[in-house]
Amino acid sequence: MTKGQAPTPYSGSREDIVTGQESKQEPQQTPSTPRQVKFYQTGSFAVGGRLLDAPERTVQSGIKRTNSLTLGHRACQGCGEALGARYALDAAMRATENKIVAANATGCLEVFTTPYPETSWQIPWIHSVFGNAAAVGSGIAAALRAKGRDDIRVVAQAGDGGTVDIGIGCLSGMFERNDDVLFICYDNEAYMNTGVQRSGSTPPAARTATTEAIGRQPGNQWGQGKKMPLIAMAHEIPYVATATVAELHDLEYKIEKAMSFRGARYVHILVPCPLGWGSEPANTIKIARLAKETGIFPVFEAEYGEVTGVSKIRSKVPVEEYLLLQKRYAHLFRPSRQDEVINKIQEEADRNVRRFGLLGEDGMVQPSDTDKGISAHLGGKVG
Amino acid sequence: MDRPFAITLQPGSSRANKTGSWRTERPVYVDLLPPCNDACPAGENIQGWLYHAEEMGYEEAWRTIMLDNPFPAIMGRVCYHNCETACNRGKVYRPVSNAMLFGESGASFGKAEYAGVPGSTLRTTTQQGASSGQRERADYLRDGTLDEAVGINAVERFLGDIALKSDWQIPAGKPATGKRVLVVGGGPAGLSTAYHLWLLGNDVSVYEASAQLGGMMRFGIPAYRLPRDVLDKEIDRIIGLGINIELNHKVTDLLAEMEEGNYDAIFLATGAEIARNAYIPAGDSSHIIDALSLLRSAQDMERPQLGRTVVVYGGGNTAMDAARTAKRLGASEAIVVYRRTRDKMPAHDLEVEEAIEEGVKMRWLSTINRVAGEKLLLEKMELDNTGFPQPTGEYDELAADSVVLALGEEADLSLLGHIPDIVIENGIVQVDSTMMTSHPGIFAGGDIAQKDRTVTDAIGNGKKAARNIDNWLRGIASPDSVRHPLAEWSRLNTWYYSDAPATMRPKLDAVRRQSTFDEVVIGLDESEALFEARRCMSCGNCFECDNCYGVCPDNSVIKLGTGMRYEFDYDYCKGCGICATECPCGAIDMVPED
Repeated sequence: MTKGQAPTPYSGSREDIVTGQESKQEPQQTPSTPRQVKFYQTGSFAVGGRLLDAPERTVQSGIKRTNSLTLGHRACQGCGEALGARYALDAAMRATENKIVAANATGCLEVFTTPYPETSWQIPWIHSVFGNAAAVGSGIAAALRAKGRDDIRVVAQAGDGGTVDIGIGCLSGMFERNDDVLFICYDNEAYMNTGVQRSGSTPPAARTATTEAIGRQPGNQWGQGKKMPLIAMAHEIPYVATATVAELHDLEYKIEKAMSFRGARYVHILVPCPLGWGSEPANTIKIARLAKETGIFPVFEAEYGEVTGVSKIRSKVPVEEYLLLQKRYAHLFRPSRQDEVINKIQEEADRNVRRFGLLGEDGMVQPSDTDKGISAHLGGKVG
Repeated sequence: MDRPFAITLQPGSSRANKTGSWRTERPVYVDLLPPCNDACPAGENIQGWLYHAEEMGYEEAWRTIMLDNPFPAIMGRVCYHNCETACNRGKVYRPVSNAMLFGESGASFGKAEYAGVPGSTLRTTTQQGASSGQRERADYLRDGTLDEAVGINAVERFLGDIALKSDWQIPAGKPATGKRVLVVGGGPAGLSTAYHLWLLGNDVSVYEASAQLGGMMRFGIPAYRLPRDVLDKEIDRIIGLGINIELNHKVTDLLAEMEEGNYDAIFLATGAEIARNAYIPAGDSSHIIDALSLLRSAQDMERPQLGRTVVVYGGGNTAMDAARTAKRLGASEAIVVYRRTRDKMPAHDLEVEEAIEEGVKMRWLSTINRVAGEKLLLEKMELDNTGFPQPTGEYDELAADSVVLALGEEADLSLLGHIPDIVIENGIVQVDSTMMTSHPGIFAGGDIAQKDRTVTDAIGNGKKAARNIDNWLRGIASPDSVRHPLAEWSRLNTWYYSDAPATMRPKLDAVRRQSTFDEVVIGLDESEALFEARRCMSCGNCFECDNCYGVCPDNSVIKLGTGMRYEFDYDYCKGCGICATECPCGAIDMVPED
């Protein structure tokens, strides 16, 4: 079966599974989109709130969230990856009624959660090696298929190194075979675990241990690196999405949506790293928000290779706002301001804005929308 | 616990690793004083009652107001709402990051600045150098999309009205103390005191000199601002509690009344109802009246003959009310003559605006020199360095059929003549911090004892006096009230608040209101009031948005359940401070560890 064919609904029959005849599937059910921001004091920007109806509250706002990643893990103060992993896996747990198995590549997430003999994981979890998380995920999916356990779903996860560099072969194979695995990349834009070395996901001009802020072009080279979400889209798999730890409603929506598909899915989450980026631990979410609001990190989703939705910029800001909070960009401002480089970064951001259509009224709350929100909430109670 | 073969540890065994030891700063929940509460002269817990209104708990919201103020429907109409002026929402510019606003890092790099004042715009400073960086920055130069203050006053009116409609009743007060208190004067201060004293279990009598209760609320505020049925209903609700009212009882000898009625304390709230006069030389033909008489006769449905052109002399709220009333009584022109400029005018902006909308004209920097027949001789003034008006010697004429004097009001202090130890300065009875005069047992409040002469101030005085009188009668010292630190706008993370412009109360069509005494401002309906209440940002006090609970990378915030807020798990909290940064209302402080 080729990828160009129209997908057939998932039958759930064992024959299909065993013979590998299943195709890329339509979503079984599409979770309601959280994009319409309703006005309940904080709308749906905050994690929860007493004025939100239960379905509009996030998984994270609930006392019964899984806490897939529990207390006592050894991530740094303000770790974006610890946050992103709990957000994503808790959402996946809810979407599958607590039936997931997670494979984990080597990297910070593996190291800070499982120093021998402890574990912070409260879900079935396996670590193999650095580059093969996708292959391990594929293997688990095949084993479950062989056992007829189509109710148990597989998540494979890795940092950006384990995804875009070392793991890309296994990952591309997983995409190509359309194995029923959700692969999540927690992108902190360098090899943080081993001491902040450059990865294929490190942005241009950023200082890392291997791209020092010295020489004529300090920081990481221009014209290199990979855009993994676009590479994933090129495989025309059922679902590809990007998200940040700053937009929880959006992130949970995407994970739930990903779990509504069968076949290969890819979610790429930007997770700021206070250690590697040289930022204040308290600013982790703020920086993720700025990455999106500047246009530096486009937040979108795509089905079968086509972009189907973007998260609009709410209030566009210049890239300096983002760069200034991170010491990895300090050389752009000290001892003298490097306008040329800053402008190049700005142009990249503006290009993202054009390319993905990140600006527009859709991202704004219109009074009419808020009115609708209120009346919908009040139901018949308003005369 | 049974574990599979060769498995020795439980899931989540990292709990043995108490990461709280890494911490150098700890997050702490705080409760701060919201600016609205801070600014309210009646001492209402505004944020507290909005909280109930937000979840449609209108009765609970009303009861919360009633703890401080027995007149929500009146207050929702006549209060000049300092709360809205103070409201942080009126200062919101929706930022992406706080860094953008406060320049917390790298202000020297020429980054965006925000002046934090209404009407300002976000500016990015011009780039240095002339590289390819001469890009137009216009796309970042956004207008400061400033929001508007929460319409607190409108919501209060909605709650007051719905309470009257639903006939919600005041719950029983504290057990009777057996103490008797006399309240002299049935205006807002007197009635507020009587209500609070009753709640505290005292036996209260109110002596009112005129035939009706309400004081300035009835005789000074025109019906187009405060419909009389609303006034009557809210007063009746208080009287119904069992407060002894004696109308037409003018007190001339305070100590004698105290003795005669066997009262343990007195609250003096006779107000300021004597119009201040200015000597204006005038011939016989001219018609000069004072503003209070005009407002009073309008209240009594009399129609004084004012003529076509009415000049009102003065620049306070009474002057505005007089001019607007003159318009409604048929004057084709109402002109306010004031000796200083608009910004020096004591009248509230709202009143001035509404007056101008109704066609009232203003003559700034002028005094009336004399009245000559049908004409007024005005002298032009100019402000000196201290902002005080000085005569210029230049004159101007103005045709006028009548002149209304609105030069302020003074208190009638004749009933205090027999009490030498009461101190009076500039016509104001002096009281200490407990509202007591220098004569033990005699307290005073409202217009007689203060310079801020609004209904709201009077009601606030009444509450304060009642609590102090009660303490004094019980022989206990009034506790020093501790004010929490103010919840400054700079503490908020406004990203999390949705944009939502204020629901403006519609005003009666200007033409229609010039000829009638119908209420000018129409109330909100339920959906509008609810929407407005939900615009409250709960500055400085947790409203359980779950942000801290959600954003903690170390699961170190414990959610205690609805209404019980959260707790930090200091065994594991690493002190990263994300919770404090991302708290929308600024209710988390980071405190250094010892």
